[in-house]
Amino acid sequence: MNKSFIGYGLLFAALLAAPFVGAYPVFMMKLMCFALFAAAFNLLLGYTGLLSFGHAAFLGGSAYVAGHAMKVWGVTPEIGLVLGTATGALLGWLFGVLAIRRQGIYFAMITLALAQMVFFIALQAPFTGGEDGLQAVPRGKLFGVLDLKDDLTMYYVALVIVAAAFLLIMRTIHSPFGQVLKGIKENEPRAVSLGYDVGRFKLLAFVISAALSGLAGSLKTLVLGFATLTDVHWSSSGSVILMTLLGGLGTLSGPLVGAAVVVALENKIGELGHLLASITRVEWFNTLGESVTIVTGLIFVVCVLAFRRGIMGEAIVLLGRGGKRAQAGGGH
Amino acid sequence: MSVSLPALLSQLLLGLVNGSFYAMLSLGLAVIFGLLNVINFAHGALFMMGAVLTWMAMNYLGANYWVMLLVAPVVVGAFGILIERLLLRWIYKLDHLYGLLLTLGLTLLIEGIFRSAYGVSGLAYDTPDALSGAFNLGFMILPKYRAWVVVASLVVCFVTWFLIEKTRIGAYLRAGTENPRLVEAFGVNVPLMITLTYGFGVALAAFAGVLAAPVIQVSPLMGQNLIIVVFAVVVIGGMGSIMGAILTGLGLGVIEGLTKVFYPEASSTVVFVIMVIVLLIRPAGLFGKEK
Repeated sequence: MNKSFIGYGLLFAALLAAPFVGAYPVFMMKLMCFALFAAAFNLLLGYTGLLSFGHAAFLGGSAYVAGHAMKVWGVTPEIGLVLGTATGALLGWLFGVLAIRRQGIYFAMITLALAQMVFFIALQAPFTGGEDGLQAVPRGKLFGVLDLKDDLTMYYVALVIVAAAFLLIMRTIHSPFGQVLKGIKENEPRAVSLGYDVGRFKLLAFVISAALSGLAGSLKTLVLGFATLTDVHWSSSGSVILMTLLGGLGTLSGPLVGAAVVVALENKIGELGHLLASITRVEWFNTLGESVTIVTGLIFVVCVLAFRRGIMGEAIVLLGRGGKRAQAGGGH
Repeated sequence: MSVSLPALLSQLLLGLVNGSFYAMLSLGLAVIFGLLNVINFAHGALFMMGAVLTWMAMNYLGANYWVMLLVAPVVVGAFGILIERLLLRWIYKLDHLYGLLLTLGLTLLIEGIFRSAYGVSGLAYDTPDALSGAFNLGFMILPKYRAWVVVASLVVCFVTWFLIEKTRIGAYLRAGTENPRLVEAFGVNVPLMITLTYGFGVALAAFAGVLAAPVIQVSPLMGQNLIIVVFAVVVIGGMGSIMGAILTGLGLGVIEGLTKVFYPEASSTVVFVIMVIVLLIRPAGLFGKEK
């Protein structure tokens, strides 16, 4: 525990200093939003054993609501974030109530189908801007006083929000509630026979995860100033699964690392392609930027077949801190 | 609201056409899931492969539609066998979720490759001469190709149902779904059966793809929206019964077609709404038994 506290302390210090050592604040904020999204998702998949394939709906749905509230109703950013988070929680509750009626693979298919429904609603509803999305959402003034127009101010506000949300996730996992979730993941029938109302625990975990995903989505809108169909498309659900899987299922730090790798990859793959093209002289690599799914698909396949512990899972094993926290990838 | 009879009938037919694709795809998914315990997310991508391979063969090699109707499923089926042998078999002992994730990765990979070659816009595709034109039935115009799609799919679905429910091979398959280890103890080569089943399910998807090509726009992304609807179809029907999968697929296609006539805004969501209702009333699905 001590070692990891030092680790997170160092990470936080590094993030505090990042803008002064040349990191681009908007990119860093985008990264943090996805890190929060992945950490929230991991609460469900890594710690409760539920594969939701519908988290795009929480990210994208709340992005629209927060964006609409800040742009059209002119509310202050904190109200926008609260509304976005509430949207995530509400959608999460609706999805959860329906999906928990079925188990395993059906759970994934139901959440995917429900999220697709949200996608079509977002495509057709008048307030989402259809194909163009919601553009030019103003950042406004936090609590009516702190002007967020400045990237650096925005950066520190976002850092505080994400860090607080991450602490909440950490607290949840280490609470008795979190222990029950792990128990459900390891052996659901036994949890039932011990007298736990498994359905309620799953639902609550789902709502927390969805609410925090909603926070990530609305924060993203606040930072970038737009909400588009990309967020609510099923591929967002796919990429958050990839972030969590690549980083390490059921590890606290895994989703952060996974999100960083995936976001960086999606942003820099074009450059990587040009580099590969110049080294190997294979022209095709120049088009790699448009074919990011080939790379993400490959990573998926490799992760599932040979790298189920993920980056941090492997790191934890290598560091010899016992395999306990990395068992998630081992299957049942 | 006044709706003319020909318009209603033509939407109904279009619904039946879509329903045929749902039926063939959910049938394949159900057969594969029964034996492999893998939800084949790549089904949509392989459906697309069937269509695009046919387009490629027609454009580059001047191949004939009827030949491709046979060749594309065989090629894609062989590709499926390769996938099963090389990749899927390593994850059978793991949680079911890994099967979904692996096939999701394959989907991204396959679609990405075709996308890098052909972009996302539709590829032009001709209806075969023998099937262009329409019958005039007096009360409606019946495009020959659409009628052909429905008939061909129904025949394929029925043959599949017959194979699985009424023949000896089908009996092995059903037994393998119930208890693979016991079947293996009786001397049936279960791993081979698994491989062939996956190949067959995938070939069915490719066959649907070839049929679909002249009706819906052929593009590398044509499978991905369809597969999510088919997932909803599978949730509604439950994966317990072959006939159930066929009927649910056809029925939902028809309902979708009718929605297009009476309330077009809801036509893309109606299947999901029905899924919600079914989950509330009968969580195991219309024909399902909880596995």
